Amino acid sequence: MATKQHKTTPVEKKLIGLADVVVTAAERSKDPTFAIPIRALSNVSFNPRKGLIEMGDKKQTRSFFNVGMAKKFMQTMLVADALAELQRAELTTSLREIYYRTKHTIQDSHENTFDTQDESDPVIEDLEVSLAALREELHVRAENSGSIVGPVVFGDDGDRVDCSKLGKGGYSVPSIVEPEYLEIRRCTADFVLLVEKGTQWNRLSEDKFWRRYNCVLLTGNGQPPRGVRRLARRLHEEYRLPVYVLVDNDPWGYYIYSVVKQGSINLAFESQRMAIPKAKFIGLSSADPERYGLPRNVGIKLNEKDIARAKELMNYQWFKKPSWQAEIKRMLASGLKYELDALANKDFQFLTKKYLPGKLKDKDWLD
Amino acid sequence: MAKQHPISATSTPDSARSESESPVPKKAARPAQQVTAVEMGARQREISVSEFFTKNRHLLGFDNPRKALLTCVKEAVDNALDACEEAGILPDVTVRLDVVPTNGAAPSASQATRFRITVTDNGPGIVRQQIPRIFAKLLYGSKFHRMRMSRGQQGIGISAAGMYGQLTTGKPVQIISRIGPKAAAHFFEVQIDTKKNEPLVHENKQIEWTQPRGTQVTLEVEGKYQKGRASVDEWLEQTSIANPHVRLIYHTPEGETKDYPRTYHELPPSPREIKPHPYGIEFGMFLKMLQDTKSHSISGFLASDFCRVSPQLADDMCKAAKLPAHTKPRDLKGAAAETFYRTIQETKIMAPPTNCISPIGEKAILSGLYKQIKGEFYTAVSRPPAVYRGNPFIIEAGLAYGRRPEDQNKTKQPTAPKAEGEHEEDDSELARVIRYANRVPLLYQQSACSTFKAVLGTTWKNYGVAQSRGALPAGPMVIFVHMASVWVPFTSESKEAIADYDEIQKEITLALRECGRRLGLFLRRRERAASEYRRRNIFELYIEEVVEACNRLKGGKLAKEKLKGQLQKIANSRTGGAKTDEALGKTGAGPEGLPHSIIVTEEGIEGEVDLASRVESEAVAAPVQTPVEANPLRDEKPVATATKAQGKTPTGMKGKDAKRPKGKAAQMALFSGSDRQDRPDRSDRRDRPVSASKPRGKK
Repeated sequence: MATKQHKTTPVEKKLIGLADVVVTAAERSKDPTFAIPIRALSNVSFNPRKGLIEMGDKKQTRSFFNVGMAKKFMQTMLVADALAELQRAELTTSLREIYYRTKHTIQDSHENTFDTQDESDPVIEDLEVSLAALREELHVRAENSGSIVGPVVFGDDGDRVDCSKLGKGGYSVPSIVEPEYLEIRRCTADFVLLVEKGTQWNRLSEDKFWRRYNCVLLTGNGQPPRGVRRLARRLHEEYRLPVYVLVDNDPWGYYIYSVVKQGSINLAFESQRMAIPKAKFIGLSSADPERYGLPRNVGIKLNEKDIARAKELMNYQWFKKPSWQAEIKRMLASGLKYELDALANKDFQFLTKKYLPGKLKDKDWLD
Repeated sequence: MAKQHPISATSTPDSARSESESPVPKKAARPAQQVTAVEMGARQREISVSEFFTKNRHLLGFDNPRKALLTCVKEAVDNALDACEEAGILPDVTVRLDVVPTNGAAPSASQATRFRITVTDNGPGIVRQQIPRIFAKLLYGSKFHRMRMSRGQQGIGISAAGMYGQLTTGKPVQIISRIGPKAAAHFFEVQIDTKKNEPLVHENKQIEWTQPRGTQVTLEVEGKYQKGRASVDEWLEQTSIANPHVRLIYHTPEGETKDYPRTYHELPPSPREIKPHPYGIEFGMFLKMLQDTKSHSISGFLASDFCRVSPQLADDMCKAAKLPAHTKPRDLKGAAAETFYRTIQETKIMAPPTNCISPIGEKAILSGLYKQIKGEFYTAVSRPPAVYRGNPFIIEAGLAYGRRPEDQNKTKQPTAPKAEGEHEEDDSELARVIRYANRVPLLYQQSACSTFKAVLGTTWKNYGVAQSRGALPAGPMVIFVHMASVWVPFTSESKEAIADYDEIQKEITLALRECGRRLGLFLRRRERAASEYRRRNIFELYIEEVVEACNRLKGGKLAKEKLKGQLQKIANSRTGGAKTDEALGKTGAGPEGLPHSIIVTEEGIEGEVDLASRVESEAVAAPVQTPVEANPLRDEKPVATATKAQGKTPTGMKGKDAKRPKGKAAQMALFSGSDRQDRPDRSDRRDRPVSASKPRGKK
């Protein structure tokens, strides 16, 4: 696998370091142990100055000679091995392929190294945080599940991709959009609009909203994947474009916005490169139904989960701004949530022709 | 059946009149069909017990063909065993079921509707004059009138079976009996005159018989042979568990021969006959005893006809009842008798003697369970005697748990590695309860039985066995409960379930708890050792993987063996090393301090070892194929009398037949997962509200 020209990457060095931990410990008759930063709310803090969620330095140990951890430890070594193999072969792969690559039956037993992908995914995330390597650097990619359209030109593997000439389908955002993989050659847009759902993105793309308002339209089909978030961040950073987020009016929509803005709890260490602290929440706000005359009957009653989640959000430090507290309280008070799709109740093109233009004109957004 | 006597008594003209007059006034509008008392009186006549039976055969266990077949076998075997034991002979019983051809062709065993049942024993035989009455007269026997523990109680069983055969096939009962090698063997064919309840002798001759002593009964009955729960097969198997001193050979209608060897070579101590205890007598019975007694005074009557009543106490009771002690028993009637009866019931009387009961004994139960059930852990408990309603009784309980080590390994090795979503088959098998009354297995009406309720009422979770609410404990387990008593309180005449007296329930619960405690100890010890073992196993399993991964990470330049050795050393030092071996019994550390228990490990058997090994040797000695008559009294010859049989263990059988095939296969695989025949039958399910609601109770 390793060819002569292959230069050991820093990530590969870190992975090999894990093997050294085992060898050194064994020589000293010690229990081989890794320290892995904890990925949970208890170990993140919001940095108000930077506007980011940052990871704390609480760590958990994972040692081999502990009945509860032995298997996890073994799995960590297997995944590290598979990741090093990717580095040497200069390939990228998916989480699922790593699961299959590392799955086998342990010799002289009927036990599998991994039973489901649910076991291997967290191990990969553990390695990401403990080695302080991004998933892209580990050569692990997610599915391409985002689209982009607008006045922006990319260079992708030497191909010129002009996103203003790709019809209404746009360009599928790759999962790794680091400058080495994706180059932004030109961008003349005024802002980025990140839409939660594909339906609304399609509506805007079909109506050529981006041409009229000179913007880049991005969607991540739900919780935006890393590629989409990273690309928005690059456009924001490299071309100083403001980013507006358009999501459903429900707790999950709020959370999508907060992930784009401050980063996620699970992978807080990536906030540095992903989060866009200046992103704005353009809608759907709990004030909109009244302002835009949406009838009550297109709302959906909040269920118990929604209410619990909303209350949870209100306790997050980054939702403590009075405007946000008011926003969430208003939703809870009405007892209803609204989908973006509900705007079609007024008119199919209500979003393109009335709602967004009004919002942009009035600068009606939340920070 | 005692309560059936009054049936013939009710048909006197006196009672008839009062019955015929009372309903008349209301229906006066329809005078046409009025019947006079005279006309009615003309229709009223005695109902013979036999006639009563023909109409009510379900009361005696002949409800359906399948059950009837079992009842017939059961009655014949019970009689054979009772006779042998009373005569002090170690029983050798052969049961043979043959399909009787109907319409010329012989159907298969499962299709057949007629069977010939032949039960042969090596008992004392029956004197010629008594044969017809024993087999063809209902309510004739020796057991009803005495307070003595025996299988049969009422003298109705075998004659009822004969009558059932007579009703369904028209064939008489055939009997061969011989009372000793010097006496002639007699052959009888008898039927019941159902009107008179008297025997009709069809055939009576002397014949040549290969057996020097014993009795053979042949019945031809309508029946249905079906294996599984509550079958003849199950009954005989369970009989063999509770009666390890019996050698039982069973020729199934399918042509198989099952041999249940004798694994316990002592007869159970012969139970003594006792007189009734005053607390256990009902008023009607008391009146009858007053009439029948030979004593001339009531104080003498009390002292001589009851147990635990001294002359002094008898006088005291007479005084308390304000009756002269010399009153003639026959003169005591009506209110006076009732007062007397009540006074007696209120007097404090010592509990009845308990030597009238002969328990199976812990050793024998263990040996029976070990012989028939493949398990890992066995234990048995005999409770001290207790008393309910003046009747002494003893409760015994036993447990067989787990799988044999060799079977455990079998299930641990699936052929292919598992794919995602595949799991080990989960074991939701429930425990099986086997119930006995005076050594007779009870197969029907489990949920109505006091024993079953006690099993449900025991908190098995405390002993490390899973149990959902209101259900039997789960796991590969057989629970054995035996009640021995001079009078077992059955819920019905067909003797299927033990009535739920508090005293009985309490004793059963205590016995089960003791068994449970021992099982819990065993399981906890196993668990502790196993978890240590698992720990080390896990590490050993993963070391290989970790070393390989490290090696690949290092580009294949690692000293693999060295790393592996180092890691294994750490693993060993962290899992207790030698201590674990000890806990696992690998070092051969002795029994585990559990009384009356057997533990089977891969290395062998622990606890009551002598006994268990005797089972093995006996199993070797047991011939698998034995012709019915060709095997008379092989090992009984030296044991002529009861006194000799007791306390003496026949040896020297070993080696005699050592070349025979190993009889270990006789152990039935009760726990094999596929053999799920222990589903409750319909009648059982109907009256089991508790367990029916079980799955829902779990939410």
